[in-house]
Amino acid sequence: MSTPEATETTGHGDISTGVAGGDSNASATRITPGNALRPEDIALEVKTGLVKPTEDIAEYALRLGDDALILAQRLGHWISRAPELEEDIALGNIALDQLGHARSFLTYAGAAWDKSEDDLAYFRREHEFRSVQLFEQPNGDFAATIARQFVVSYYQYELYRRLTESTDATLAAIAAKAVKEVDYHRDHSAQWILRLAGGTEESRTRMIHGLRLMWPYVNELFQDDDLTQRLAQAGAAVAPSSLREDFDRLIADVLNEAELEVPDVPAAPGGGRYGKHSEYLGYILAEMQVLAREHPGASW
Amino acid sequence: MAAQNLQSVPAELTPEEDAAGQAHFDRIIAEDSRIEPRDWMPAAYRKTLLRQVSQHAHSEIIGMQPEANWISRAPSLKRKAILMAKVQDEAGHGLYLYSAAETLGQSRDKMMDDLIAGKARYSSIFNYPALTWADMGAIGWLVDGAAICNQVPLCRASYGPYGRAMVRICKEESFHQRQGFEILLELSNGTPEQKQMAQDAVNRWYAPALMMFGPPDDDSPNSKQSMAWNIKRFSNDELRSRFVGMMVEQVRVLGLTLPDDQIRFNEDTRKWEHGPLDWDEFHEVLAGRGPCNAQRLERRRAAHDDGAWVREAAAAYADKQRAKQSAKQQKEYAA
Repeated sequence: MSTPEATETTGHGDISTGVAGGDSNASATRITPGNALRPEDIALEVKTGLVKPTEDIAEYALRLGDDALILAQRLGHWISRAPELEEDIALGNIALDQLGHARSFLTYAGAAWDKSEDDLAYFRREHEFRSVQLFEQPNGDFAATIARQFVVSYYQYELYRRLTESTDATLAAIAAKAVKEVDYHRDHSAQWILRLAGGTEESRTRMIHGLRLMWPYVNELFQDDDLTQRLAQAGAAVAPSSLREDFDRLIADVLNEAELEVPDVPAAPGGGRYGKHSEYLGYILAEMQVLAREHPGASW
Repeated sequence: MAAQNLQSVPAELTPEEDAAGQAHFDRIIAEDSRIEPRDWMPAAYRKTLLRQVSQHAHSEIIGMQPEANWISRAPSLKRKAILMAKVQDEAGHGLYLYSAAETLGQSRDKMMDDLIAGKARYSSIFNYPALTWADMGAIGWLVDGAAICNQVPLCRASYGPYGRAMVRICKEESFHQRQGFEILLELSNGTPEQKQMAQDAVNRWYAPALMMFGPPDDDSPNSKQSMAWNIKRFSNDELRSRFVGMMVEQVRVLGLTLPDDQIRFNEDTRKWEHGPLDWDEFHEVLAGRGPCNAQRLERRRAAHDDGAWVREAAAAYADKQRAKQSAKQQKEYAA
């Protein structure tokens, strides 16, 4: 099956060049084959004082980390519940990738405030989370999950691809690892869009419905604000609005092949980046945080 | 499913061909070599293996549930990642094992239907509830530990696809056991509440883990034949005794205790002995009257039923793609 390829994007393998540098054993920015960046490497660099993000960079990393964390929490629910064993494994893999990205971003963000990834994940409240609302949307049926994953993976790919060129070496390194993984997520979701749209009448109806459920939350992904403007001007971050054109084009390629249309639904106002969330986030956090909060200060 | 064409494996043979097949089979077993899918094998050998391998596959799949129960609540992000990867490994083990079972002539769909219909068995241990985070440690340390004791000899099982699947599974299981041990060690060295949680989990999982090796040797009618066929290499009691010997050492490092004051090394038999096990409970759980039997099966059934439309869509899409492809080829051929 043909998978839409980004014609003007960098493919697998090219991303690492120019990002890695210095001592590959000691650097959190090391990205060589088989020697990928781990959250523990970032934590070590933070601890030894080698890296410390500015307040702006930390806030930005927190946003991306929260997106990935909330999605990992959602996707993890599919493990042992998927339509096929192969999908238990695939969705589990995507959840694990997202959790890995979340851990790296949160570890880095926390360095600005002397907090660990777990302090940030388990001991903040709803309004302190900076994820956009798409990521907390319910799994729904498999088509809704695929619709959410389709939007997320094409958005994250465009974001991370550009972020590999960030002037902030740690953000660039995290993005360099993440973009390779997210490329597979695109492949997975695009293949399922085609299968469900072109499968049976029922699957097509469900796919169309799934896209309609998720589309009100697409706009929020591409909203700029003062923080992203400042960081984009400094070359450290990517202005969300700058991703929109490529996102729209690549999404349209897949939808055209699937004979689907971009849903014509009103956009929701969003606000997740400032702590305005849907009703869903409270339940996600209640479940995720319950045990850690029963034992504050404990190590696991 | 791909195994449909395997249904015809036990073809009609003449008595002479059967006799030659039996002679070849006997020679392979006597040499302690491997039987492969296309080889002649006695119907009873095929049936025994199909039952064992499919039960093993089902155990991996049902066994995902008690641990998946804690993915969303794992108390640190690192533990969450490890637990997700572990449960994902179990789905992978299920896949290898269903594939191995398919080489014996039954489709994965049929095996899955039997599981959901309650006609197939899986390891009783997964009918106990995972009540606290420490259960993730106790399941890894005790349940996966017992599984490894059982499974390492299975890497040498006479049926090739099963033995080879077990090699990879055992490698991953040893990681699983270590992560379980590490969870318990961390809890044992943590707050008094954490240590209590760890001890409580070990107390609950110890006896069910020992019963994973199956009934005592004098009550295990099928063991003798399985050993003659080089499927099973050691008796249930032999494996259980070895396991107790390992656990008794490791529990000291954990700073916890096993809920059994009769564990001792018998100098005469050179074997570890343990206190009596409640075999009535074992048979009750096996008969479907355990704490979570209904819950586990219902969860599997729900996942299967909820996913039916997805599997149908994937099959319909694949058919359409094939039809398109062949129409294209015919057109090219005509031109």
